[in-house]
Amino acid sequence: MAEPQTERRLPDRFGPYGGRYVPETLIPALDELEQAWIAASADPAFTAELDGLLADYGGRPTPLYLAQRISEVVGHEVWLKREDLMHTGSHKINNALGQALLAKRMGKTRMIAETGAGSHGVASATACALLGLECIVYMGAEDIRRQSPNVVRMEMLGTEVRPVEDGTRTLKEAVSAAIRDWVTNVGDTHYILGSAVGPAPYPAIVKALQRRIGDESRAQILEKAGRLPDRVLACIGGGSNAIGMFAGFVDDPEVALVGVEAAGDGIDTPRHGAPLTVGGRPGILHGSLSAIMQDDEGQILEAHSISAGLDYPGTGPEHAWLRDSGRAQYVAVKDEQAVAAFKEVARLEGIIPALETAHAFAYVFDGPKDTSTLDVLCLSGRGDKDIAEVVARG
Amino acid sequence: MADRTEARPANAGAQRIEDAIRGARGRAALMPYLMGGFPTIATSAEIGKACADGGADLIELGIPYSDPLADGPVIQAAGTVALAAGATFDAILGVCKELSERLPVVIMTYANIMQARGVDAFCARLVESGASGVIVPDLPPEEAGALLEEADRVGLAVVPLIAPTTPDDRLGLVGGRARGFLYTVSVNGITGERQGAAGYATVIERAQRATDVPVALGFGISTGEQARAAADAGADGVIVGSMLVRLAGGPDPVNAVRAAVEELAAGLDR
Repeated sequence: MAEPQTERRLPDRFGPYGGRYVPETLIPALDELEQAWIAASADPAFTAELDGLLADYGGRPTPLYLAQRISEVVGHEVWLKREDLMHTGSHKINNALGQALLAKRMGKTRMIAETGAGSHGVASATACALLGLECIVYMGAEDIRRQSPNVVRMEMLGTEVRPVEDGTRTLKEAVSAAIRDWVTNVGDTHYILGSAVGPAPYPAIVKALQRRIGDESRAQILEKAGRLPDRVLACIGGGSNAIGMFAGFVDDPEVALVGVEAAGDGIDTPRHGAPLTVGGRPGILHGSLSAIMQDDEGQILEAHSISAGLDYPGTGPEHAWLRDSGRAQYVAVKDEQAVAAFKEVARLEGIIPALETAHAFAYVFDGPKDTSTLDVLCLSGRGDKDIAEVVARG
Repeated sequence: MADRTEARPANAGAQRIEDAIRGARGRAALMPYLMGGFPTIATSAEIGKACADGGADLIELGIPYSDPLADGPVIQAAGTVALAAGATFDAILGVCKELSERLPVVIMTYANIMQARGVDAFCARLVESGASGVIVPDLPPEEAGALLEEADRVGLAVVPLIAPTTPDDRLGLVGGRARGFLYTVSVNGITGERQGAAGYATVIERAQRATDVPVALGFGISTGEQARAAADAGADGVIVGSMLVRLAGGPDPVNAVRAAVEELAAGLDR
């Protein structure tokens, strides 16, 4: 059947990566979501409402701050994009508000979401409270233990948190549980996927909602420093803050893009969350082909990171392509480096970063110093949720 | 249904499946699912033979995957147990080889298990292990091009799934290249036992419009009564999974599964 001439599509492949590897039941819902997003993003009323909420309710634009004391320690300027100052404490609200607003426009009344560190769960719970939508968040039982303050926050916001007891009881299983819920309740339900992963059109929509980070950063650094950065850095689990940050600079070839993954106990051990850094055969997880951690049989391996938000064996398909095409570089830092950086940033700048973000800081502290005279780092979230975990490690 | 009249190439696997379904005694073909390697490789082979003894016309043999998005708790848990017990692709294909001497076997697994070997090697191994077809529930037609081509070349039937949500303008895309049978999902959702038989007629009628291969109904069917209702609604085959997998995990699994298959067969007037 010939497709209507008016039909427009979002990118569904990034090089060989991406696609839609999901049960047939969900394909029409993904088509509907794609068309709804295309229509909404061309509708001035929708974009005005989202822009207004992100500004007046969320706190955009976030500041770009020159971290003087970190800069002194590392020997070059380090500027921080303060997504930690957004309402709910991380960049996740950019995406959650956008998707919840879109879903409401689509007539969906029931929202589901997955969460690892709890940041996306809290952002989704917040957006749903604001917009009067039912919200259910799937969260691995191990993550509920690690991130209990966020569980209380979600419940306070009227969200039901459903513990997931499968497998390692972390983010991977939470995503699987959310997808199974969506297959079952696809008629009235929208899945607010929290990262730049999943079947098309999710990676494209999440990037479109998160690219404000990079677009604002580019304008701000040009205004404040009068130049582009040598390096832009962001931590990567699924990769939503990183893809949003990179989007602002990807067309500036002189700007190096660095994604920092979780090396956990080390990438020479099985206990890490660094599929981009380690490389190997691509695979299919949660609806897209990307860099994943798997064994020779094609079974997905368990990831490990001290940071619940990076404790995931896959990553966004566009990152896999940015790596293969050579446009971005991916590196990994260990748990202990992230914890040290967490404490260092707190002492030097009076900012407690999320453990996820602490990975990007660790690379600035421990990585090569002579390749950059000016860094812009996405401070993707605040670290209040992580204090107990860090204290417990001594 | 633009593709309905498209001539289908000769495909030995598809032919064996269609013959088994169309030649089934009683009201419809009985098509049990079992999880390969659950509870062990050897027992899963015995369970497969018990299905054949009990009146099955075709076996769907699952190769477990760590993250099965289309499966409910019973089959998920069975897959986890099978993997923990050391079930491998090759070991389960050994079970396939054994069972294929009795009846046609359709392998059911997920896209990454295929991706890990490459489409061509995956198809070759299935065919040399006696498999007649393959079901990959997370591989919609848009992603299945390479598999469809290679499977036709080597004589393996690729069985697609059609869902209640599949819109009319996708029926031809899903059904047009179906081989062996069209797997018709009875409800929106994942695998698992459900009450009642509501809505069977609607989904079966739409599936029949989409294809000219046999139509089999699955997801949520666990009793002889439901099997009969599916047949009455026009299904050429009835797929039963979670209930049998649950019994396979219980005491005396081989006899329990055989008895359950016999009861389902009775529901189909066998």
